[in-house]
Amino acid sequence: MELFHNLLYGFGVALSLQNLLYCFVGCLLGTLIGVLPGIGPMATVAMLMPLTFTIPPVAALIMLAGIYYGAMYGGSTTSILVNLPGETASVVTCIDGYQMARQGRAGPALAIAAIGSFFAGTVCTLIIAMFGPPIAEIAFEFRAPEYFSLMLMGLITAAVLAHGDMSKSLAMVVLGLLLGVVGTDLNSGVQRFSFNILELSDGISFVTVAVGVFAMGEIISNLGEKEERVIFTAKVTHLFPSKDDMKKSIAPIVRGTVLGAFFGVLPGTGPAIASFSSYMLEKKIAKDPSQFGHGAIQGVAGPEAANNADAQCKFIPMLTLGIPASGTMALMLGALIIQGITPGPQVMVKNPDLFWGLIASMWIGNLMLLVLNLPLVGMWVYLLKVPYRMLFPAIMVFSSIGIYSVNNSSVELFLAALFGALGFVWLKLKCPAAPMLLGFVLGPILEENLRRALLLSRGDPSVFFTRPISLGFMIVTAVILLLMALPAVRKRKSKISD
Amino acid sequence: MKMEFRGNRDFWVGLMFFGIGAAAILIARDYPFGSTLRMGAGYFPILLGAILILFGIYIMAKGLRRHEKIEGTWSLRALIVLPVITVVFGVLLDNAGFIPALAVLCLGSAAAGSEFKWGEVLLFTLLLTVLSLAVFIWGLGLPYPLIKGF
Repeated sequence: MELFHNLLYGFGVALSLQNLLYCFVGCLLGTLIGVLPGIGPMATVAMLMPLTFTIPPVAALIMLAGIYYGAMYGGSTTSILVNLPGETASVVTCIDGYQMARQGRAGPALAIAAIGSFFAGTVCTLIIAMFGPPIAEIAFEFRAPEYFSLMLMGLITAAVLAHGDMSKSLAMVVLGLLLGVVGTDLNSGVQRFSFNILELSDGISFVTVAVGVFAMGEIISNLGEKEERVIFTAKVTHLFPSKDDMKKSIAPIVRGTVLGAFFGVLPGTGPAIASFSSYMLEKKIAKDPSQFGHGAIQGVAGPEAANNADAQCKFIPMLTLGIPASGTMALMLGALIIQGITPGPQVMVKNPDLFWGLIASMWIGNLMLLVLNLPLVGMWVYLLKVPYRMLFPAIMVFSSIGIYSVNNSSVELFLAALFGALGFVWLKLKCPAAPMLLGFVLGPILEENLRRALLLSRGDPSVFFTRPISLGFMIVTAVILLLMALPAVRKRKSKISD
Repeated sequence: MKMEFRGNRDFWVGLMFFGIGAAAILIARDYPFGSTLRMGAGYFPILLGAILILFGIYIMAKGLRRHEKIEGTWSLRALIVLPVITVVFGVLLDNAGFIPALAVLCLGSAAAGSEFKWGEVLLFTLLLTVLSLAVFIWGLGLPYPLIKGF
């Protein structure tokens, strides 16, 4: 009963006129930017984040979550209509979604993607509401050693399961941790890596890093590549899927949701793993697997549900433990800190309006996307026709103003220029930047807990292995590392992610 | 402008990590190191630097073994113009005001692309400047002077 009581309370918060408005604006802006080809959810959230700094915390988080879902939804629209995935998770949607569009069935593909996402969103809202409180309850027992081990586990699994080369992702995490060190040491007041620059003594703003790497770096890279876009626009005529389409899609949507929710709670597994697994599963159990790759609606329904379920369940570790499980969640965590809220299990007790309001707004946001976006498909199609040479200056303008507005300081812009160039270089060298961002956001908290844990244990590092919960995290970390180092698993992973 | 860069990708990656790790240790040497019991400001960064150096060596070795090349085409023009214009935007925003800084940013960014049509770009710059004024100055109320000296 408490669940319903809490959810009711959450809806009370989320349904206030102000929060409803911010949720709507977030969904709309997120879709608007997310639909633009070559801009993934990460870049979208990073770019639009400064817009939320002036509004109250609950509304800000609700708006950011809306932006995130909107961007994901916009990404699938682009995948289906233009065959240009904004992120790795939508690559799967491209396979059959684009084929459907070529056969003149773009409407049903878009509709089933939206319906699948909505179903997954509804289920995951319930999952978060059910499992959030008990997880936070356990987390209240955590002391410094547990937090350190948990963060270590999060960082390592995120790096290991990321797209691409394991050693490079791990090195990027370490690089991120090192970037997080910049600024004044809280314990001793020593200036670290600040080179006598006043602005650096507060550390590098994570908006600067995120926007520089994920928006500017991305643009530099896109400008080097030839633009090839074929849009199936005239053919988005009838939207609604036929009865047969629905019948075919229900089971994949349910299976995709389960898979996505499962991968979602695991830290570090990106949405790509969830959607790829769902696609492979559907292909395996389909009556006629030859349809896949030629416009099978199951190949859109399952992965889209999985994708959304994963994205939403990623909120569980972020909200209850203060551990971001993906790059986007690192951004959310950063936003929380900027709003003056210390992430961790106490959020649920100290800021119940934020916790439950956000959860309720997720469901409302998903509903809005469903009701809003299908009729607006025509508008998104129109946006897709805007050539990139007009898009990227606009992105540069909004990103740059956003970065400056964080501290009203041009030093942040100089840093962003540096991170933009670095972001491009990393992209070219296939060094994944998302693990770096995780390390960057978690760095200061990780160091703090490491210091505190070792102070408590009188300098004995075995403290991480003698406390049962901490030992558990360490064992899981070791098992994942060992598993991924096995050649057989490695081969399979590269098969999935290519 | 497109170039084919034929380099050993992972060797450079490893060298980058090695260099950053070494630099971190060199700089953090001056911070109090402390002990494992009471860590000083230098402990954590030096630890990270050391780990980064190890990763750097490992990845360099892997690169030399595998010889993977850097893939794809890239635009040197974009790589130079976009960071430079961001810096210029920052300088102008501090010294000349919001409107001139924005106009220069718009024009400059557009120049980073391979296609540049004056008429289109000017119209677009005007549009974006007005839009940004509406959203950021009048809408969100950011307190930046529009043109300095007026």
